[in-house]
Formats: sequence, C-alpha cells, structure tokens
Amino acid sequence: MSAATQSRPARGLRVSRGVMFLVLALGALAMLAPFAWLIRSALMTDAQIFINPPQWFPNPVAWENFPDALTAQPFARYFLNTMIIEAVVVTGTVLTCSLTAFSFARLRWRGRNLVFGVLLTGVMLPYAVTLIPTFVGWAALGALDTFIPLTVPAWFAGAGGGVFNIFLFRQFFLTIPYEMDEAAYIDGANPWQVFISIVMPLSKPVIVVVVIFTFIGVWNDFLGPLLYLSSSENFTLALGLATFQSAYTAQWGLLMAASLVVILPIVLLFFVLQRYFVEGVTLTGIKG
Amino acid sequence: MSGVSAEAAPNGAGRRGRRGNTGRAEARWGVLFAMPAILGFVIFTIGPMIASFILSLTDWTVGGTPAFIGIDNYVALTQDKLFWKSLGVTTYYTLAAVPLALLVGFVVALLVNAGWRLQSLWRTVYYLPTLVPAVASAVLWIWIFNPDSGLFNSVLRAVGLPTSNWIYSESTAVPSLIIMSTWGFGNAMVIFLAGLQGVPRQLYEAVALDGGGAWSKFRHVTLPFMTPVIFYNLVTGVIGTFQVFNQAYIMTSGGPNNATLFYIYYLYTKAFTDSEMGYASALAWVLFVIVLVITALLFRNARSWVYYETGDTR
Repeated sequence: MSAATQSRPARGLRVSRGVMFLVLALGALAMLAPFAWLIRSALMTDAQIFINPPQWFPNPVAWENFPDALTAQPFARYFLNTMIIEAVVVTGTVLTCSLTAFSFARLRWRGRNLVFGVLLTGVMLPYAVTLIPTFVGWAALGALDTFIPLTVPAWFAGAGGGVFNIFLFRQFFLTIPYEMDEAAYIDGANPWQVFISIVMPLSKPVIVVVVIFTFIGVWNDFLGPLLYLSSSENFTLALGLATFQSAYTAQWGLLMAASLVVILPIVLLFFVLQRYFVEGVTLTGIKG
Repeated sequence: MSGVSAEAAPNGAGRRGRRGNTGRAEARWGVLFAMPAILGFVIFTIGPMIASFILSLTDWTVGGTPAFIGIDNYVALTQDKLFWKSLGVTTYYTLAAVPLALLVGFVVALLVNAGWRLQSLWRTVYYLPTLVPAVASAVLWIWIFNPDSGLFNSVLRAVGLPTSNWIYSESTAVPSLIIMSTWGFGNAMVIFLAGLQGVPRQLYEAVALDGGGAWSKFRHVTLPFMTPVIFYNLVTGVIGTFQVFNQAYIMTSGGPNNATLFYIYYLYTKAFTDSEMGYASALAWVLFVIVLVITALLFRNARSWVYYETGDTR
C-alpha cells in the first residue's frame, strides 16, 4: 500500500463513514422505539396513558402494574407450566437429536445417507400439512388438554423441526477426530459409551446452541398450546398472555407489564449467552 | 477414496481392522440410535401427511363419520372466494415482507460490518427485536398501532402529520403488518453478517490493485460471495412468511373485512372453528404443493445467480 492510495480517499471516506454512522444510529433508534414504548406504557396507569396531549414519560411511575398484571391471571402457574414443558422438551430434543446425529456422523450402516436425506426434506415441510391428523390423533388418544402433545414429539428427535437440530449436531460431530472413537473402541467401549463419554463432553458448544434455540422455540410457541390446551390452569405463558390480551383489551399498562415479563427472560438469556446465540445463527445460516 | 469429505463416513486405515467382525454390530447400533428420528418421521411426519391427504378426500365434520367424496373438496376450493382471498393476502404479504427484510438486513449487515469499534453493540441492537416472543410482539404492536393513543399516531400527531388507522383499516392492515415484520429483520442480518466474514480479504486487495473502488469491491467480490446466503435467507424467508398465523389470530382476527385473512389462519378457522376437517386438509395439501412449487422454482432459478465456490469438496 503506497501512501498515495491511503491518503487520496481519506476525506471522502470520513464523510461517508459519518453518513454510515448516522444511518446506523437512526436505524438503531427505530429498532429501540417499540421497546421504549413498551417500558414506558408498562409503567403508566390508564389515566396517564389516555391523556391528551400524550405524556411521553411515566410520571409518577406506576410500579403497581406488575403485581396487578401478574395476579390478574395466574401467570405464576403459566410460568410453571411453561417450565415443565421446557424441561421435558429440551431434554428430549438434546438427547434424541444428538444420539441420532451420532449415528449419522460416526456409525456406518446401510442406507444411512438415504435416511438422513429423507429426514432433511422434513425441514421444508409446511407444518399445516401434518397439523390436522396430528390433532385428530392426539384427540383420539385422549391427550387433549395435557402436555403430552406438546412434549412427546420432542423425544422422537424433535419430530418435524427437530431435524434441524440433528443436522447441527451432525455437522459438529464431523469436526471431532474419529481417532478418539477408535481408541475407545480398541479399549472395548461400545458406541453408547463412546457417544456419552467421549463425543458429548466435547460437544458443549453445539449442545448449548440447541438448548437455547429449543428453549426459545417452546417459550414462543403459540399455535401448539392454542390447539392442545383448553383449561386455564394448563396454559403456557404465551397462551396466557394472548388470552390476557383479549380479556383486558384496553388496559394497556397491565398488558405491557405482562408482555414485558414474558419478553424479559429471553432477552436476559440472550445477554448471558450472547456468544452462543451468534454461533448458533451462524451455524444454522451458513452451513445450511 | 481421496479426501474424507463431510458426507462420507469417517474412514481410514485404523478403521478397516474392526470392520470385518464388528461391522454388523456397528450397523445395529447405528440403526438403533437413529430410531428416534426414524420413528418420529414416520409417526409425526409421513403418517400425518398421508392421513391428511386421505382426509382431504372426505367430507368430515368433527363428531360425524368421514364420507369419501373424491376430489370434491379441491373442486370446492376453486369456487371458494375466501380461499382465493387468503392466497392473495398471503402472497401480497410475502412479496413485500421477504424482499424488504432481505434488503434491509443486507444493507444493515454491510453497515454494521464496516469496522466499528462497538460492532457487537450495533449487532445486538438490531438483533434484539427478533428475541421478542411472537405473542408479546403481537400484543405490543396492537398497542403501537392503536389509533387513539398508540406510538405511531401519537408521534404523527405531535409533528403535525396525518394519522392512520393502521391494522384497523382494510387498505393499511397488511402494510402495517409488513412494517411490524420488518422490525424483525435482525435474523437475516445476523446471517448476512456471518456470511460477510467468509468473504476472502485478498480479493478486495486484488480489486484495489486493479484500481477498483468501493462499488467494484461490492459488485465483484461481496455480492457474488453473498449469493448463497441471500438465497438461504430468501428460501427460509418465503417458506416462513407463507405460514404466518399469530398476527392474524391475535391482532386482527383476519380482518378488517378479511384484509389479513392469511392462509394458515383461514385453514385454522376452517379446521378448528367450523370443524370442517376434510376441507381444511385439502387447504393444507394445496399449501404443501404451493410451498413445494415455490421452493423448486427458487432452487431452479438459483442456478443462474447463486455463486458457489468451485473446488470446495464439501
């Protein structure tokens, strides 16, 4: 690089970087505005909210919205229900998807690649095409209004969307040197032992990624609980918030407080595990 | 057998030794371990798919017995104004929301990637909206769109601009939902950002040596290298957007005057409000074929513009 090529575009560069910064900052403001509106409204009484001209900042702050909202409907119960489903689904997904992926990545059997290819086509499948018979099936088994339809599929390698997790695990497993398995087999280990005591302990990054995205998937799921859960004491947070919205249509302070409570855990999770999030999105996006 | 590729099984000299006597055992373990996925695929994917096709050939209201009616449901679909309406609404939404999210996501990814000291801060801010759970997002945006005291109209009124009825008026309902969906472009952006890290630096230097400026660098290096990522975001975006449901259910109930009657929402009301399981199954299969055709067309079309590095053994 000669000095000439470096100094020539300097001024133009500085101006264009200024413009870029401005665009980024304005964009960021637009991204954050709904959050600001959410927090502001969550801290206001109805009287403050509907005042004209609008009051932009809550004064006084209506902290009571939080206890009021969370006791207006049994949100603690919804939270508990959500966490029970989370625990069963996340465990099942991680266990069965990784086991399957281990088979596809490190064990050799006839038809393996064909089966893997067929499974992968499931990613493209619109969920609507399996929705009705699945519902009818669970209804026939008397499983409506239980957590069974929401949790059992996860134990079959996630079923449907879970194929993606198999793909992630497999991609990661392929990067672990096979010599490690080899050595264990020579020592008389069987594939299960290799899987559980060699491959899995080396796969923490991908496990965390799958845990995070499965957790978020369950937390956000609305259609599943809407279809399968009918009595209020079985509701999840997502479903509870939706019914809260239709019951308290105009009480925006309470609604925003409840929404904030539903959003916050995911945002906190993101800040704690940010590194894995980025890794996960990268894994899913680029290697696909 | 040169190059142990990602697709091939791990193989090598040391492995050959145990293949003879334990190969069959290995295969047994392999099938056993893959069983959860195989069973899951049969029980929760293939089985229901076949069942839904059979159901689509019946007239079945929950509580009654299914009556075989051949392709009558499909014939009825062609006469169903709401079916065409829902198809139109969904197409309109997809054609606007997906390109918009891709374009904004790509531009912002380029901006964020321009070597700022606080790059991860920018990335976080733009990614944040995608973390908001769909239901919470819907509830929040109903309030933002509120014609009386919502964020948008409050701001518009404060600066003296005309207000809008947003999701409450037939002509602005879908555009409003497109604005809302664009708020979540962060997912596409993060994938673009990751893709940008894979563009070889030395190619930029090569362009610079040839006297090329920022535009040629973008046009001849960045863009070609990003086409696979653009394609990925396009395919997943179209498939996902074609299946929107939550906004219609929570925010608009398909209204006003069916302006937001998204396809899956229409299917849902047919199946679970009207209990017309046979007809709804026909709707599901039509959607399946549509998504299949769109995906196939996208992949076909991809050959002409998606650039894959040659010599990449993976």
